[in-house]
Amino acid sequence: MPDLTRIAIFGGVYNNYLALGAALASAKRQAVDAVYCLGDLGAFGPYPDRVFPLLRDNGVACIQGNYDNSVGNGLADCQCGYTDPRDNHFARISYDYTFKNTSPENRAWMKELPAQRRVRLGDYRVLMCHGSPRKMNEFLWESTTPTHFLEYLAAAHEADVILTTHTGLKWHRRLSGDRHVVNVGVLGRPENDGRTNVWYALLEARPALRVEFVPVEYDHRRLAAEMRAERLPNEFVETVLTGWWTTCLEILPAKERRRGKY
Amino acid sequence: MSVPLPILDDDAASLAAPMVPLAHLDHLWFQVGGTLCNLECRHCFISCSPHNHSFAFLDLDTVRRALDESVRLGVKEYYFTGGEPFLNRDMVAILELALRYGPATVLTNGTVFKDEWLERLAKADAESPYSLEFRVSLDGFTAAMNDPVRGPGTFDRAMRGVRQLVAHGFLPIITVTRTSDDQDDGELFRGFVRLLRENGCDRPRIKVLPTLRIGAEENRQRGYRDEERVTPEMMEGFDLGKLICHHSRVVTDRGVYVCPILIEAPDARLGDTLQEALRPYPLRHHACSTCYQYGALCSNPSGGARDA
Repeated sequence: MPDLTRIAIFGGVYNNYLALGAALASAKRQAVDAVYCLGDLGAFGPYPDRVFPLLRDNGVACIQGNYDNSVGNGLADCQCGYTDPRDNHFARISYDYTFKNTSPENRAWMKELPAQRRVRLGDYRVLMCHGSPRKMNEFLWESTTPTHFLEYLAAAHEADVILTTHTGLKWHRRLSGDRHVVNVGVLGRPENDGRTNVWYALLEARPALRVEFVPVEYDHRRLAAEMRAERLPNEFVETVLTGWWTTCLEILPAKERRRGKY
Repeated sequence: MSVPLPILDDDAASLAAPMVPLAHLDHLWFQVGGTLCNLECRHCFISCSPHNHSFAFLDLDTVRRALDESVRLGVKEYYFTGGEPFLNRDMVAILELALRYGPATVLTNGTVFKDEWLERLAKADAESPYSLEFRVSLDGFTAAMNDPVRGPGTFDRAMRGVRQLVAHGFLPIITVTRTSDDQDDGELFRGFVRLLRENGCDRPRIKVLPTLRIGAEENRQRGYRDEERVTPEMMEGFDLGKLICHHSRVVTDRGVYVCPILIEAPDARLGDTLQEALRPYPLRHHACSTCYQYGALCSNPSGGARDA
């Protein structure tokens, strides 16, 4: 495992290559030792294949999200687990578009991505996963994940720091014994807070752990124009332009749902 | 008095029933309302009614002991059901307490709320980092659809409860049982979305459940057919995470049971304490086939359709 003291971590690119480019430039300015991506490269945005050169050229170490697992293995859906017909309708559009527009080479690359990654950050054993250490598509929401449950996960998986992304909303919980769980947020769409920026996380161990969430501004108007040109749903475009989620709302717990507009 | 659920009548099939280990106690349920309910729904899978005293209310101390034990076990979510939980005079205090431990969900018919209870719960919710969810049962988006199943006047009373919840800042999840086999889920969702918006709920949340053909439901439509069961062959390649017994247990006043659906089955009682009840359980009830088929029957949408 490589020895590191300062790393940048993001997840949920959702085809948003413009935000990815901006985040990579930001991480470079932060002089990090390494950059990691916690998966879900596709969905939602335009031109899936534009993401991969950016990841490879910048040496980003990726793990597999449920979307990458589905696209890579040619599965029928994104494994997001929606039950609401409206959410399933939009998930279907998003998945079909991404699948159709991802090259066979990039699909094969996603198929081979590891499900998890472990690194040592200073004295901390860091475990990177997509949903949770025990399941790729498990939701760990801030308001439905009690601290004693996270203590169990950290002990069972022998980690001092667990990093996840799947839910798309960032948070940080301190556990006993200077252990931590961080949802690093996503680059693909804003945080359902009425702002258009997206987020990644910066972790530093010198020697104590410091967690910082870094806002990323990018050309969201250009992304919206490109999504329209690709005939992606207006509902997705609205999210990019306003910062409010308009779809995939059923999975939000009450506290997270109340913070949004819809 | 209800009739205890029999295990599969064929001894050989019962012995061969697939065993399901508890992977981890994610969801801790509390049969906090016992089997007492102010309503007498014709599809209730445990035949709750004003007269069913099979299970009694849980008191605050019993809940507190289980919550304390749950910390050591690393439980993820707490669920409270009955009967009607809000007939239990400790209910508000129980939810206030639970929200200090983790996220709490209460399954209610929405017909007996008092505003002062909801004021206290809104305060507890605001002070907790965790979500408090209300799942309100309603089986049609009109009185004509709902009341034949849940009883005369229950549609209007439950909708009044929904408006009370919304007025106190809650976002109820309407839990709908698919009460006839040919119902269209899309139509159900659209009907409920319209109904909820008309009643001031601008973030409509809906969960649709299949019918469990036990309890009162056996007499309304039909019971299970003999072939509706889980066999060992069906377990190949099956995601055990879909089954409630794989990640849940339920505390009652008569001990800890394997899941909230089977509390009337004597063999589903696994022990006096949570620790005793962590052992595996065989899928030997016909109702297990519904859980097998649909998955994540009892959990919230935020838990994911296929909880680990």
